[in-house]
Amino acid sequence: MPALTAVARTAEGFLERASDWDRDLAAELAAESGVGPLTDRHWLVLDYMRNTYLVKGDGPTIRTLGKESGVDIKELYQLFPKGPAKLAARIAGIPKPHGCI
Amino acid sequence: MRHLVILGAGTAGTVMANRLARSLRREIAAGTTRITIVDQDPVHIYQPGLLFIPFGVYTVDQAVRGRAAQLPKAVRYVQSRIESLDTATDTVTLADGEVLSYDLCIVATGTRIVPEELDGLTGAGWGERMFEFYTLEGAERLAKALQEFKGGRLLINVVEMPIKCPVAPLEFAFLADWFFTERGLRDKVSITYATPLDGAFTKPACSRSLAYLLEGKRIALETEFNAGRVDGTAGELVSWDERTLPFDLLVSIPTHKGAEFITRAPGLGNEMGFVLTDPRTLQAKVKPNVFAIGDATDVPASKAGSVAHFEAEVLTGNVLRFLEGKPLEPGFDGHANCFIETGHHKALLIDFNYETEPLPGNFPFAWGPMPLLKESRLNHLGKLAFRHVYWNALLPGHDFPGIPARMKRAGKRFPVATATP
Ligand SMILES: Cc1cc2nc3c(=O)[nH]c(=O)nc-3n(C[C@H](O)[C@H](O)[C@H](O)COP(=O)(O)OP(=O)(O)OC[C@H]3O[C@@H](n4cnc5c(N)ncnc54)[C@H](O)[C@@H]3O)c2cc1C
Repeated sequence: MPALTAVARTAEGFLERASDWDRDLAAELAAESGVGPLTDRHWLVLDYMRNTYLVKGDGPTIRTLGKESGVDIKELYQLFPKGPAKLAARIAGIPKPHGCI
Repeated sequence: MRHLVILGAGTAGTVMANRLARSLRREIAAGTTRITIVDQDPVHIYQPGLLFIPFGVYTVDQAVRGRAAQLPKAVRYVQSRIESLDTATDTVTLADGEVLSYDLCIVATGTRIVPEELDGLTGAGWGERMFEFYTLEGAERLAKALQEFKGGRLLINVVEMPIKCPVAPLEFAFLADWFFTERGLRDKVSITYATPLDGAFTKPACSRSLAYLLEGKRIALETEFNAGRVDGTAGELVSWDERTLPFDLLVSIPTHKGAEFITRAPGLGNEMGFVLTDPRTLQAKVKPNVFAIGDATDVPASKAGSVAHFEAEVLTGNVLRFLEGKPLEPGFDGHANCFIETGHHKALLIDFNYETEPLPGNFPFAWGPMPLLKESRLNHLGKLAFRHVYWNALLPGHDFPGIPARMKRAGKRFPVATATP
């Protein structure tokens, strides 16, 4: 199990390499951000995020998450308070979503 | 006979029409190439002027001109709504029934605001205590409301990103501070700026070096505020995580989307209706003979007129290469250049691209004359002069002396150890 301290991260705590990620690391990342313990609802979002990133090269926006992850926007904010798109991206081990230039 | 069709005759479409008409003048004269451009309405708006209309600095008349007059004679202008783009058959269908067949199509239909996307925004209070300034009508209505405002809570809210001219809402806050100061009302008005981003600016470098501006102007900042609903009767804006911001006057920057026909064309756009576009060549991903420019694309650059100008230089080259069967050049670097009006006759200037954050220094040359990332009167004059530059140099598609499409590194003070993003 890779310890959080052993992986390279950006100043904002995102993984430098998405390949460093596994599900145990996600639990550590979640705990660090005050999220969790991770439930099936969290995982629905996290898996959706990771898949979107692997296919499209960028994480989904809140709008897409609310429409397509199976969790609506209201619940997204309960699961990942404040900024779901950003927070879930960090826990899912993918880079900070663009979408905001 | 080759047919080039440009969809949208705003900033980007007009620049492309002018540049291509010049580059292809021989082919057009010989009758081997023709260019058609389509737009739905007859007036061209100088959109940076929309920021100044609410404060009575510009009148509507000063911000609009006829659309056809900005276009070259050699290009056919059709005024109609675009209904659909069919990339399988290379045709565009217009609302008036005309069908245009093209060899090459450039999508330049910009963005539109969709206030309905925020629950309650177009309900009670819309146009009375809840406003927007991204359209002429909206800016005019807001001008009247600001004239009549005698004090209370002014709330400025960006509903969601991306928006065009991402600094305009903040400039609005700065100008409001100035406006109410001049009218002797500043102590009776509180100004709050609520944004879904984690800082006031989209660029962290700006948020860091410009935080003092908000403090100095007594503008309260609410970050990571994702608006979920608004109640125009109670005067309350509520975020998805249940934070409530009360207001007497709300200036909303509503959700932006691309043109409707983009969402309807399979494979052309993303869920917001922005065209899936190669960020370096500006070729659409859907098919090689479709290109996109300006606010209509999904490239991670600012949606700004200056960006459309820099893109046009690259896209003109790539259109000509495509017509000659040559490989495209990945020439666009995300270059943006924005004046940020800070009120009290001053402005800031920022210059950046995909990789480089806005840095301090001088522009456009190492010696100046304009300082970067720093307030100055000269920058303010630059912002005002931009209106003349827009009509007389930018739209006709002329290069700006000393300001090439690719961002210059000279004049910028790079940090000693540049961290790679
Ligand atoms: C308040 C404000 C302040 C700004 N300030 C600045 C600034 O200081 N500096 C700067 O560089 N930029 C600024 N901008 C941004 C700048 O105006 C835009 O980025 C620029 O105009 C984009 O050009 P465009 O051609 O992509 O889109 P637009 O100029 O918006 O043109 C799109 C055109 O497509 C047409 N169209 C859309 N859909 C259809 C359809 N279905 N059928 C037919 N026609 C259609 C529209 O009528 C429109 O004419 C500002 C914008 C705003 C709103």
